[in-house]
Amino acid sequence: MKADRSHLPQVGPDPSFTFPTIVRHTLSNGLDVRTLEHHSVPLVTFVMQIEGGSGADVAGYEGLAAITADMVDEGTGALSAIDVSEALARIGAEYDVDVGSDATVFTLSTLARFAERGSSVLADLLTRPSLREEDFDRVRQLRLDRLRQIKDLPPAVAERAFLRLLYGTHPYGHLSIGNDASLRGMGLGDVTTFHARTCRPSHSALVVAGAMSHERLVRLAEDAFGHWTNGDARSDPAPVAAADIEPAPTQPCMAVVAREGAAQSELRIGHLSARRDTPDYAALVVMNAILGGQFVSRVNLKLREEKGYTYGARTGFDWRRGLAPFSLQASVHTAATADAVRDSVNELEAIRGSRPPSDTEMSLAKASLTRGYPRNFETAHQVARSVAQLVLYGLPDSYFENFVPRVNAVTATDVTAAARKYIDPARLTTLIVGDYAAIGESLNALGLGEVEVLGPS
Amino acid sequence: MDPIDLPFAKRTLDNGLDVLVHEDHHVPIVAVNVWYHVGSKNEVFGRTGFAHLFEHLMFEGSEHHNSGYFPPLQQAGALLNGSTNTDRTNYWEVVPTSAVDLALWMESDRMGYLLPALTKQRFETQRDVVLNERRQNYENRPYGLGMMVMSAALYPSDHPYHWMTIGAADDIRAMQLEDVQSFFRTYYHPSNASLAIGGDIEAERAFDLAEQYFGELSPGPRPARVTAAASLTRESRLVLEDRVEMPRVYMAWHSPAMFSEGDADMDLAADLLANGKTSRLYRTLVYERRLALDVSAYQSSRELGSFFLLAATAAPDQSLTDIAALIDTEIQALADKGPSSSEMERAAAQAEAHFMYRLQTVGGFGGKSDQLNAYNVFTGNPGFFPTDVARYRDATAETVRAAVAQYLAFDRRVLLSIVPRGQAALALPGSEPVAAS
Repeated sequence: MKADRSHLPQVGPDPSFTFPTIVRHTLSNGLDVRTLEHHSVPLVTFVMQIEGGSGADVAGYEGLAAITADMVDEGTGALSAIDVSEALARIGAEYDVDVGSDATVFTLSTLARFAERGSSVLADLLTRPSLREEDFDRVRQLRLDRLRQIKDLPPAVAERAFLRLLYGTHPYGHLSIGNDASLRGMGLGDVTTFHARTCRPSHSALVVAGAMSHERLVRLAEDAFGHWTNGDARSDPAPVAAADIEPAPTQPCMAVVAREGAAQSELRIGHLSARRDTPDYAALVVMNAILGGQFVSRVNLKLREEKGYTYGARTGFDWRRGLAPFSLQASVHTAATADAVRDSVNELEAIRGSRPPSDTEMSLAKASLTRGYPRNFETAHQVARSVAQLVLYGLPDSYFENFVPRVNAVTATDVTAAARKYIDPARLTTLIVGDYAAIGESLNALGLGEVEVLGPS
Repeated sequence: MDPIDLPFAKRTLDNGLDVLVHEDHHVPIVAVNVWYHVGSKNEVFGRTGFAHLFEHLMFEGSEHHNSGYFPPLQQAGALLNGSTNTDRTNYWEVVPTSAVDLALWMESDRMGYLLPALTKQRFETQRDVVLNERRQNYENRPYGLGMMVMSAALYPSDHPYHWMTIGAADDIRAMQLEDVQSFFRTYYHPSNASLAIGGDIEAERAFDLAEQYFGELSPGPRPARVTAAASLTRESRLVLEDRVEMPRVYMAWHSPAMFSEGDADMDLAADLLANGKTSRLYRTLVYERRLALDVSAYQSSRELGSFFLLAATAAPDQSLTDIAALIDTEIQALADKGPSSSEMERAAAQAEAHFMYRLQTVGGFGGKSDQLNAYNVFTGNPGFFPTDVARYRDATAETVRAAVAQYLAFDRRVLLSIVPRGQAALALPGSEPVAAS
C-alpha cells in the first residue's frame, strides 16, 4: 500500500497511561519515604529532597544553602572527597545535587545490584558529612572563582539582575551561588549550623524508584536512613519559609547591564506572577504554551521564524512554592534589540484579550501538553524526580493521572482570564544584558520608560 | 556482570533505506529516528555551514505538507528535534503510539519531497536564524571560539574537519538557494539514510509502515565516501584573546578514528586523566595544588579520524605554564607506567553503568533508536552494541598505556591559550597570536 499524501494521517485515540503506583511509608524518625517499582532496566534511583534551598539563605549569607550542599560530598567518616568520589565511581553511580529555591535535591542512581552500597554512601554523606575546614576553604574559593567566570555568561548575568529587580531583598532574590561578599563573609561554622538546621528527617522526603519490589525499596531506605535523627535542632524555632514571605512590591523598570561590543542582547521581560499551588495552574500552563512555551508559540514564531531576530524565544514560569516570576527570555541580535522588546511586549499584551487564543492554538497547546505526557515518565530517574515535585508542592499522588483531564478542561475564556489576571504589561520589568552604546538610544525611544544602566554586580 | 544488549530487527527497502526496529513496550511511546550520512565533512573550505543550515530547512515544510514541520507533530504530542555534526545529520520524533503514522508520513515527505516547498523567503529567514545561533553559542559565549581555532590548527584547510559544523559567518551569508537544492539531491535520499523505529510497536507493523511511507521514494545516487588524512609534525602554540576572566589552556592531539583500535583506550584515558574528582589531573591540579579551577578531557570520536582534547582553566594568579607542566608530567606517568589495577576496575564499573544508562530511553539524542542508527551508519552493523561494550571490557592497563604513549606525544600537538583581552603575556611561552570570529 502506498502512502496517501493528499492529507496527513489521522492520529488515533490517546493511549492509556498509568503512573506507577506510589507507596508511602513514614520511618520512625519521621522521614517521608515513597517507593515506586520501575522494571525496564536494572537500575535504582534515590532522590532525597531537603526543605530549604536557596530560599533559606538569610540576608548576608546568600549562597549558604548551595555551599552546604556542595560540602556534603567532600568527605564522610574516614573518607576524603576523593575517596567519596572513588566509592561512587566503583558502583558506576551518577550523583547530582540541585539547589532550588525551596529545597535542595540530592540524586543518586546506580545499578540495581549496587543499590545497598549506593543508599549507604548517600546516607553517610547526608547525615554524617565531615565538613572540614580545608575542604570548605577550597570549595569556597572555587565558588568565588566561578562567580568571576559567570560575569562573562550573559544568561547568568541577566538572571541575577532580573531576580534582584523583581524580588528586591526577598530570599528568592538571589542566585543560589550567592555573591562575592556573602561567600567571603561565611565560615565553616555557618555551614555546620545550616546543615544541622535543615538536614533533618522531619523536613525531608526520600523517593526510591527502581527495578525491585516495594518491600526491598523501602528496606533500602530503612537500612540507610532509619538511624538518622532530628538532632538538637529539633527544638529550634523553625525559620519562616521563603514561600511564606510576601515579596514587597518593586518598581517596574527598563534596565541594561552594559556589555561592550556584545554580538547579542540577552533579554528578560516579566514580573512576579503566581504560586505553584494556584487553582489557575492548568489555565496558566495552556496560556504559556500558546504564548511562548513551545516551538510553535506566538513569541517564537514572531521573533525567530517571522523576524529572524533570534535563535529562539520563550516564556515561562520559574515555579516556586511562593510567588514565582513569569518572564519572556531571548538572546537577540544587537541591532534588533529594541524591535524585539516592542514585539515581545505586544505579544504579552495581545493574549490578554485583543488577540484571544484561536481554536487551533487551544487544541495545539492542549495536545502538546497532554498527548505526549507519558514520555516524561520513561526512566526511574524521571519518575522519582516527578514524585519529589509532588512532595515539594503538596500535590496528591493522583496528580499525574489527573493532569491530562485538567488541561483538557481549560477553555479559551479561561486562558484569557488567566492572562489578564497574571500578566500585567504595566508592571513589566525589562532587563537587557547588551551593548549599551549600540542599543540605548533605540530603547529610550520605545516609550517604555527611561533606561537605567546597572553596575556589573 | 549481566550481559547487556540492544536487540533489533533489520530490513533494507528496495530503494536502499535501512530500517531498524527495536521493541520496548514499557511506555506507550514510539521513537522515529532518521540519520543521513552527511555532515560538515561533506562541505568544502570557503562554503562551510551548509549541512547545518540545511537541517534547519528540513523543518520548514515539504511538498504535501507545505508549512511548518512542528505544528502537526506537536499537536499529536510529539517531541522532536534534529542535529548536525561533522559526520552525520539526525532527526527524531518521540510520539504517542497513536501518532506513529503521522511521524513516518512527515519524515518520508521531507525525505522525498522537500524541494517543491523550499522558497527563497524560508531559506533567507533560516539563514538569519543560523547567524543568530552562531552569535549566541559561539561569538557571545566565553571560550566559544576556542574550538574553531583548534579545528583550524589540527587540520589543514583542505581537510573537512578544518572548520566547525556551524560554519564561517561569511560563508553562511553567501549561500544561495540553488546550492541548497543540489545539496538535497546529492545527500537526502533513502540510499544515504537509515531509519530506526523503537518503542511500543510490533516489529512487523513497523516494517509495514516503513515500506508504506518510504518505499515509494527514489533511491538517489550513493555519495562518494569522503576520505582525508591529517597529521601533526610539531608542537604548535597559539594564543587567542577573548572576553574571559581566567586564562584557559587547550591541548589537542590526533587520535584513532571512531570504533577503530585505540579509540576506546583513549576514551578511558580521558576519564583516568581528567574526568571526575578521582581523575589524576583533578586530584593534582584542582584538589591538591589548586592551580586550576577545572580540568576536563575527552576523546572526540569521529569518522575520518578523532582528536583528543584536554582543557584546564587557571585559578586566579596561577600560570598556564605551571598547569601545562603538570599535565605533561601526568601524561608521561600514564605513558610510562599505565593505569593501576584499581583505576582499571573503576573504569570497568563506570563503563558497565554507562552502557546500562544508555538503555533507558527509546528516543531522542542518544536514545536506543539513535544508537542503532549510529552503529548502522558508522559500522554497517546495527548489532554493534555488545561489541561496543566489549571494547571497553577488553581494554587493559597495557592497552591504555600503549595508546597514551603512542598518541599523546608532546612534539605533535596543538596548545591553545585563551587569555583575557590585552593580556597575551599570560599565554604559554612562544605562542603565536590567532584571531577568530
